[in-house]
Amino acid sequence: MELVVAIGIGVLTGSGVWLLLRPRTFQVIIGLALLSYAANLFIFSTGGLRSGAAAILEPGEAGTLARYTDPLPQALVLTAIVIGFATTALLLVVLLAARGLTGTDHVDGRERER
Amino acid sequence: MPDAVLLLALVGLPFAAAITAGLLPIGARDLASGLAGAVALIGLALVWTAYPTVSEGGVLRAELAWMPGLGLNLVLRMDGFAWLFAGMVSGIGALVVLYARYYMSADDPVPRFFAFLLAFMGSMTGVVISGNLIQLAFFWELTSLFSFLLIGYWHHTAAARDGARMALTVTAAGGLALFGGILVLGHIVGSYDLDIVLAAGDRIREHPLYLPALLLVVLGALTKSAQFPFHFWLPHAMAAPTPVSAYLHSATLVKAGVFLLARLWPVMAGTDAWTWTVGLAGLITLLIGAYIAIFQNDLKGLLAYSTISHLGLITLLLGLKSELALVAAVFHIINHAAFKCSLFMAAGIIDHETGTRDIRRLSGLNQTMPFTARLAMVAAAAMAGVPLLNGFISKEMFFAEALSATVPVSPLLNILPLAAMLASAFSVVYSLRFIHGAFFGPVPKDLPRTPHEPASWMRFPVEILVLTCIMVGLLPAATVGPYLAVAVRSVLGDDVPYYSLAVWHGFNLPLLMSLIALAGGVAIYLLLQRRLSGMEGPPLLRRLEGQRIFERVMVFLSWRLARRLEGVIGTRRLQPQLRLIVGIAILAGAATAWLRGFGPGNLLPSPVDPVLALVWTVGAACALGAAWLAKFHRLAALILVGGVGLVVCVTFVWFSAPDLALTQLTVEVVTTVLLLLGLRWLPKRVQIPGERGPEVLTRTRRLRDLALAIGSGAGLAALSFAVMTRTPPELLAQHFLERAYTEGGGTNAVNVILVDFRGFDTLGEIFVVAAVALTTYALLRRFRPAPDSVELPEQQRDQAAEAAAAGHGEAGRVADWLLVPFTLTRLLFPVMLIVAVFLLLRGHDLPGGGFSAGMVVAIAIILQYMIGGTDWTEDRLRLRPQLWVGTGLLVASGTGLAAWLFGRPFMTSYFAYAELPVIGKVPTASALIFDIGVFALVVGATLLMLIALAHQSVRGHRASPRRAAASAGDD
Repeated sequence: MELVVAIGIGVLTGSGVWLLLRPRTFQVIIGLALLSYAANLFIFSTGGLRSGAAAILEPGEAGTLARYTDPLPQALVLTAIVIGFATTALLLVVLLAARGLTGTDHVDGRERER
Repeated sequence: MPDAVLLLALVGLPFAAAITAGLLPIGARDLASGLAGAVALIGLALVWTAYPTVSEGGVLRAELAWMPGLGLNLVLRMDGFAWLFAGMVSGIGALVVLYARYYMSADDPVPRFFAFLLAFMGSMTGVVISGNLIQLAFFWELTSLFSFLLIGYWHHTAAARDGARMALTVTAAGGLALFGGILVLGHIVGSYDLDIVLAAGDRIREHPLYLPALLLVVLGALTKSAQFPFHFWLPHAMAAPTPVSAYLHSATLVKAGVFLLARLWPVMAGTDAWTWTVGLAGLITLLIGAYIAIFQNDLKGLLAYSTISHLGLITLLLGLKSELALVAAVFHIINHAAFKCSLFMAAGIIDHETGTRDIRRLSGLNQTMPFTARLAMVAAAAMAGVPLLNGFISKEMFFAEALSATVPVSPLLNILPLAAMLASAFSVVYSLRFIHGAFFGPVPKDLPRTPHEPASWMRFPVEILVLTCIMVGLLPAATVGPYLAVAVRSVLGDDVPYYSLAVWHGFNLPLLMSLIALAGGVAIYLLLQRRLSGMEGPPLLRRLEGQRIFERVMVFLSWRLARRLEGVIGTRRLQPQLRLIVGIAILAGAATAWLRGFGPGNLLPSPVDPVLALVWTVGAACALGAAWLAKFHRLAALILVGGVGLVVCVTFVWFSAPDLALTQLTVEVVTTVLLLLGLRWLPKRVQIPGERGPEVLTRTRRLRDLALAIGSGAGLAALSFAVMTRTPPELLAQHFLERAYTEGGGTNAVNVILVDFRGFDTLGEIFVVAAVALTTYALLRRFRPAPDSVELPEQQRDQAAEAAAAGHGEAGRVADWLLVPFTLTRLLFPVMLIVAVFLLLRGHDLPGGGFSAGMVVAIAIILQYMIGGTDWTEDRLRLRPQLWVGTGLLVASGTGLAAWLFGRPFMTSYFAYAELPVIGKVPTASALIFDIGVFALVVGATLLMLIALAHQSVRGHRASPRRAAASAGDD
């Protein structure tokens, strides 16, 4: 199971990095989205992958790792997801404004000289 | 008065008064000068009350805890030496304030001047009574800063700006070196406390790091005291108002360097390295400064170079391995302050009353301002070392030291007395030039103003200082003797050598040297007199202009070198930069793996579940498809990214993270809608007809990127596999799990971490989200699309045409075609809101919380927009996202602040369970209120971004004007 997720993270990272290095702004946005999935999954996986572990504590009881999942990576990833959304929105708007100002959707604001 | 109060008042009063003076109205010259004078006099009185203690060898000390954990405390410490300097700073400060009251024109913003002057006074006092070296460096830099402001006081003149900039660059750079030296010293000694450092002399001198520490400290001292080769800033600082020159550039600021050298003399001096660096710099400066001073045509320029030369003398004395030389140095510090300050004031009076400081234009002022002339003559005679004046006595001591000095190399030993005599003769020459040039000769014509005596109060400070020169010169032991003894004893401790302060020591070699120097100086002046006024700058040394070198270095560093470096290693193109970052990341990961070893962990991987494997096959295919299609078909790529998001979401569910899955799902929807809204403003792909496959260069570039992509993907896959097969560290997880319910009052540990344990982080995060939302909103308000995106897209035009044909009104709405979804969406709206409230309320105990609830509300509203259309929705719903954002931030921060009301630290939470009718038991932790703040913010921020972008489609656009013309040519 770990292998599946690890390969999945690898594929997401590879696709993300490939797109990140492309010249068009839309490709970069999509690339960053894929990269952030990969990063989130990676952070999440540091807590260990456990299917069927309880995520919610029994009331009145101090939880132990033996019975429950590790909440810390989850909390980190949760904020990362929301921040990721905000920065994607910001990037999109900046790129749209840049496209309006420069007339091109090349990441440098001008087409490469041929 | 307790020591602590006295010392704190001594440093604090000037700063407090500086702020007060800065707030005075611009014309309040008398008020500002009165305030400054009062502060200086109070300072003097405070210093005086400390005399009984320090005269018995005592030390006043005040210590305030600052960063005790780092061994750093705010320590104020006044021993005899610091006492002497503090007295000079306050005493001469009071005289300068009086002088400045009459010197400064009522047209200038005088309160600002006094504000700077007072702040400088405080900083300088801070330097001399700091009992902690780091604190000393801090005040040291403050003196540089206020010196900069004072030199640049008349900032409308270019000379003032350039002089100020140069002084700041040189002295602040030196201050940085000093700070480095102090850190090394602190490292050697293990403490920055001056008392401890002063007790660790042997350890410092024998430490392998002694030389770096010495060089850095000396660099700081030499730049501050304008010693060769850093002397060039001082003449340019003469653009300052003359009171500033009299105060900073003769008596205080430039003395900070020699103060520091004397302060650290007991622990750093005595080595060959010290003598070579300090002594040699002093010797060169002594000669060069005196030589150049002869050829100055500006009165203040002459005094500036003479100051450089005298500071060189003091530095040279400090560089010699002799206690007596230190006594002479301290004595000369006092004497120089007295005569040079009065000379600067006299030069200022001449400038003030005649309108010029050019020696070539001035003459015969003896007849129009006889009092000033007499005062200046006495002061200049003291500078030249004429007997019966104070300069003579310290010069005699200098000669005696030069004769008996023990320096490392014998040639230097032999030239030292000669050099001393030569410099002394030079000082006679420039003193004569000052006096003869300004006061003798025919009555001047065509001066800018008619010369006359100044206001008597303006002359008063000069009178006091000149009187000091005479008194010390006549009765050295009775006047300055006790204070000098106190100062010297506090530096040297019990090693104070025998010295005699007397005018007449019998007919000895130093006296002979003095007489030769006097006679020689007069002779040189008589020889040069006629030619001097025709000369521009000193012969032989004309090319040695530190200023030009400085400017060249500055231009080289800040312009040429920077440009060249940018040309070599910089690029403005994004792709190479990103390639570099990715490449370095891969290398860093690979290097760590190679150095530290790498392999699978201790846990056996769990068996592969075919369902999840299938899900991830789809996920990987979606990712690869998105990577491929992002160029050719944006919509398809976007849909595929959505697919990847769903797979990630399923993975979260699979591995027991319901909260993450919920948030991921909602964010996925919002992100997709957002990107969909953006698609409309991106250009169509232009296929150049007849173009064959990509060029070779492009193909190699792609291969390289592919390698980078595969490398990073494989690396992260291997890394995550290695991480997942190791037992995760338990410390933190255990901590949070144990306390989530017992101390946080919630069973959903993730949510409790977010809103309680790490609530401050979340608060920061929502501020970021708010800032981002406002930024996107602001950017979109001035949004100008590219010319080819202004028109309605093809699809919308077709739709409108069809709608018109079918008689559905002008625009035609989605609702007309999609009636069933439209109805369903309207019905779903209240349901979604209830779901959101449900998620919000149960968040503390069950999956949910402010983030996902906020997203659900945003989705509910955006759905109405999508199906009903912007106008239809806004007719019915009055949304004010900014209000939501603001309320959210206020509620969240307010919850955090409320803890203060109960005397708890910021963001402390409280919880209890409340019994509500119908609904039942509800957790009412204060964290819930915080979560409501988060919820409101997420709703507001998300809507603000989405609606701002959506509105671009319905508002009229003008194309970006600049590009409209340009792109016409492109297409």
